[in-house]
Parts: sequence; C-alpha cells; structure tokens
Amino acid sequence: MEEQEIRLLKGNEAIALAAIRCGCDGYFGYPITPQSEILETLALEKPWETTGMVVVQAESELASINMVYGGGATGKRVMTSSSSPGVALMQEGITYMAGAEIPGVIVNVQRGGPGLGTIQASQGDYFQCTRGGGNGDYYVFVLAPASAQEMADFMDWAFTLAFRYRMPAIILSDGVIGQMMEKVVLPLFKPRRTDEEIARECPWAATGRKNRRNNILTSLSLDPQWMENHNLHLQEKYRKIRECEVRYEETLTEDAEHLIVAFGSAARIAENAIETCRERDIRVGMLRPLTLWPFPTDAIRQYSEKVKSILCIEINAGQMVEDIRLSVEGRCPVNHYGRMGGMVPTPEELVQVITKYCS
Amino acid sequence: MTREEFIKTAPLVYKKPTLLNDTPMHYCPGCSHGVVHKLIAEIIEEMGLTERAIGISPVGCAVFAYNYIDIDWIEAAHGRAPAVACAAKRLHPDHLVFTYQGDGDLACIGTAETIHTLNRGDDIAVIFINNAIYGMTGGQMAPTTLMGMKTSTCPYGRQADLHGFPLKLTEIVAQLEGTCYVTRQSVHNVSAINKTKRAIRKAFQNSMEHRGASLVEVVSTCSSGWKTTPVEANQWMEEHMFPFYPLGDLKDNTK
Repeated sequence: MEEQEIRLLKGNEAIALAAIRCGCDGYFGYPITPQSEILETLALEKPWETTGMVVVQAESELASINMVYGGGATGKRVMTSSSSPGVALMQEGITYMAGAEIPGVIVNVQRGGPGLGTIQASQGDYFQCTRGGGNGDYYVFVLAPASAQEMADFMDWAFTLAFRYRMPAIILSDGVIGQMMEKVVLPLFKPRRTDEEIARECPWAATGRKNRRNNILTSLSLDPQWMENHNLHLQEKYRKIRECEVRYEETLTEDAEHLIVAFGSAARIAENAIETCRERDIRVGMLRPLTLWPFPTDAIRQYSEKVKSILCIEINAGQMVEDIRLSVEGRCPVNHYGRMGGMVPTPEELVQVITKYCS
Repeated sequence: MTREEFIKTAPLVYKKPTLLNDTPMHYCPGCSHGVVHKLIAEIIEEMGLTERAIGISPVGCAVFAYNYIDIDWIEAAHGRAPAVACAAKRLHPDHLVFTYQGDGDLACIGTAETIHTLNRGDDIAVIFINNAIYGMTGGQMAPTTLMGMKTSTCPYGRQADLHGFPLKLTEIVAQLEGTCYVTRQSVHNVSAINKTKRAIRKAFQNSMEHRGASLVEVVSTCSSGWKTTPVEANQWMEEHMFPFYPLGDLKDNTK
C-alpha cells in the first residue's frame, strides 16, 4: 500500500500539492501576495508531466476565474487561487458560475483591506465570500481551514461539494495559514477522472454532443418566469445544503459557561488562549465553524440557550458576529473582539479579552 | 398520376445545414450574423466535428448563438470568451474550441483576454464580427466605430478629441507570435461568403491540428444600428468600412 507522505510545508504549498494529489485537472491563477507560492509550487512540480494537470498563469484574476468557468463547464475539476483584492476582481466569474451552475474551487488567502490594503493576514473577506459576493441571489460554499494540514485536507472536500451541488466552493484561508510552516500529512494520489467518468458524472457538461442532445451552459434568460423558476431551483439547492453540509468543531464545550466562536487563524490563536484561561478556571469552550457558508446556525442557537455569553473573535471589524447574532436572536449576550489592517492578536491579548468578557 | 411522377426530383444544389436549428433567429433583416452562423454549422458538419465541437458565445447580439447551432455551448461573460476557450481547449485538446465575438466584446471589454489568449498561442479559433457598433444594447459607439460615424453615444459623429480612434485589433493580433492565421473577410456577396467559409474552415483546422491561435474578422453589417435598409447597409459597408478595414489575409503561417 502507498504510504502517506509527511512533509514540513507552508499552507500554500500544502494546498498546491494536495490539488495535484486529489485529481485536479487544471489550475489557473495570477500572482498576488500572500498566496503566490500556490502557483510557484505547481510550476515547480510540473504536474502536466505526471498527472496531466494543466497549469496556466493567466493575465489577470478576471481571466483566471473565467478559465475556471470554462474548465468547470466542461466537467473538469479546476481551481484558482488569489488574495482579497484579486477575489474582488473574480466576483464576475463567481456569480456566472453560480448562475450557470458550474463547479470550481477558489482559494482565497486573505489579506487586509479595504482597497489594496496590506499584504498581512486578515479575515476581512467574510462578507465578500459568505454573501455570494457578486450580483444576484446566490451563495457559494465557504470552507475555513485553520492549519496547513487542513489546507491540504479541504482541497478534495471542496471539489466534492462543488461537483455534488454544481456551484463554486471557496477555501477561505488567510496570510497566516498560507505562510506558516507545519507538518502536513499529504493525501494519497487519486487519479484524474477519465472522459468516460466525466460524461457519466457530469451529463450536463459541454464535452461535445456525443450520443446525447447538445448541452448549453448559460446564466442568461430573457423570460422572467423562467428566471424566477431558476432562482427558486437555486434557493432549494441552498436550503438542502444548509440542511446537510454544515460542519464545525467543538473544543471544551461540554462544561463551558461561555462560548468562543472563531474560525481559521483566529481560532488557532483562541485555542491557545482558551488553554491558559482553563488553567485559571475560566470555563470557556470554542465552536469553530469549518463551513462559514452554510453557517452552523442551529448549533450556535442551541449553545445560546446553555451558555452565559458568546464571544466572537475575528481578524476583522466584526463580520461573522452578524451571523452569530442572527442565530442567537437575543437569547444571550454576544460580544466581539477583532483586529484589522494586518494586525493579528496574540494569545496573551486574547487571554485578557476572554478574561474580560467571560468571567 | 402519382405524386412521385408529378413532382420530379431535381439534383440537390443547396440545403440547410443539419446543425442549424429550426429556431426563428432574433437577428434583424440584413444582419451578417445569420450568414456566419450558417457557415459555421456547415463547416462543423463537413469536417465531422459535431461530437467534438465546443462553442463559446459572447455577450452581445450573438449571445444566443447557442440557440441556433446544435453543438455544445458555453456562454461567457462579456469579453471573457477567449479565457473560457483557453481552459476548454487545454483540458480537451482533441476538441474544436472556438469563440464567436462582436467588436465590443472582443476589442473593448475583452481586449486583455483576446490579446493574451492569442499571444499564448492557445489552439482556438476566434470568429470576430465587426459591425462598428453595439447592436444588442441599441447602437452605441464601439471601439471599431469609424471617425465621423454617428451612434447613440456619439450622436454628432465620432471625433478624436472626445472619443479617441477606432481600434484595429486584428492588425494588433497579427503581430503576436501566438497567432498562426489572421484574416479579415466579409459576407456581403456570394464570393465574399465563399472566402469567409474557407477562412473559418482553415481556422478550425488550425485548432484541430494545434497550430496556434487563429482569428477571422468578418466585417459585418448592422442595418438597425446604422439606421439603414439592408441593401444600404451593404453599400455603406463597402464604401466606408472596407477602406478602413481592408479585406484579406494579414498573416498565414500555415502555408
């Protein structure tokens, strides 16, 4: 049996290697800090010589996402990666993918904003990613890794969800997770799907009109009744996803009097701070959403009936806290602590914050 | 007398291509799109590529090209068809991948995608319909609108100080290393239609034989946008468009 390879990797490198290993057919990207190692790692690995995976450095993020649109439309497992301002530029392609029901994966290694902002880590794209981001009524999957290991692990998960529901999936990372080096157990190699497998699994894809009627991938209709029906179909899909695909992790929550909610690198730092607080007899636990959309609304609502308060820790001005408040609906106090502009809280800082709000 | 005896079968000299759907076209009378659509349908059928053709339709009048030609289609965002085609062709190298774009789509909002896809030498064919106006949105100024030409957004005529100059993107892409075949044709008479058909066939062959990128510009009419009759549109095109956009091959590395 093939042994799993263990390596010391940056989160960005881990995601590139995981993409090759999970049968990704194509990567299309444009350099931007702090995620350029993804394209660099792929260029160095030359997967086109081994698995046959296509790698293209595009002329812009706009071109990258439209290459993903084109590749996904033909049933291939394709992806792009970028950082916050680049993802803003991609919103055109993402809403087209949502409308035409085209699967694909977008990795967002977030940096501080608004505007050109900074190259340091941030979680300021929570709104941009969980609210659809482009025009029209739609959502995309938003998965939040908190380690280099999860960067690798979430790759195949993102493709699976994207194809199961025919829609884009975003892996919402940040400059800390992308840049820090950790031990990573790489996934085992999984072959790319054959054309026959794609024809079977993606009967909707534009692969050439062979033994079937022609396929048309479009988000356009000038018939308002048709378009409302299409929207109702999308909303039904989102309802089903909210019901079936929510994932989160609970740490020390059984006896917790106060609940921390945090994702990604904020959760890593909070985890450290919670350990210290526990030593000081502050009974605090954490819920870490792995899916930011669909959001773990029900789980948080249940906690809001048990705990004295909820503290949301984010590396932004307070974005996920809105979803928490919508889940809690006033059942318990909800507080927020955040840093911005590329500043990341230290564990000591969070110990003070937790002590203030949770004791 | 039986029906067969009464109706004598004549030799077949012309038929509608089977890939052209029996759908009423939304194009205006005198528009060039219908002719070019027919040529594409004919060529794909003649080349036996029906099962391996992927068309990328644009935003503009030809957005509904997918309703008329019975092959697989991907409808692209405005100007992004070459990027969509780049991925489709690289992931399906044995397929025919072509884009069908107007002047606003290809030479304005999609200039970057056009130039970079063609410069990378992606093995795609680009059909470029240049009628010097935005037809779908109601006749606004295009990047290819001629100097002095009146449109709804340059109602007093295009002038350099206000609007800049018409863009000859075909001349630009002919300079790129990645293109193997760049030509400018028209469909205003039978001879021109035949030449355009040969040009598109060659562009499709280049895509299948991985020779690099091809672009076929078709200088076209828009009688609605130009506010002329179909006959006047053809005359106006010959008098005003052809001197500025001369017909013929700009580049052919396949010879």
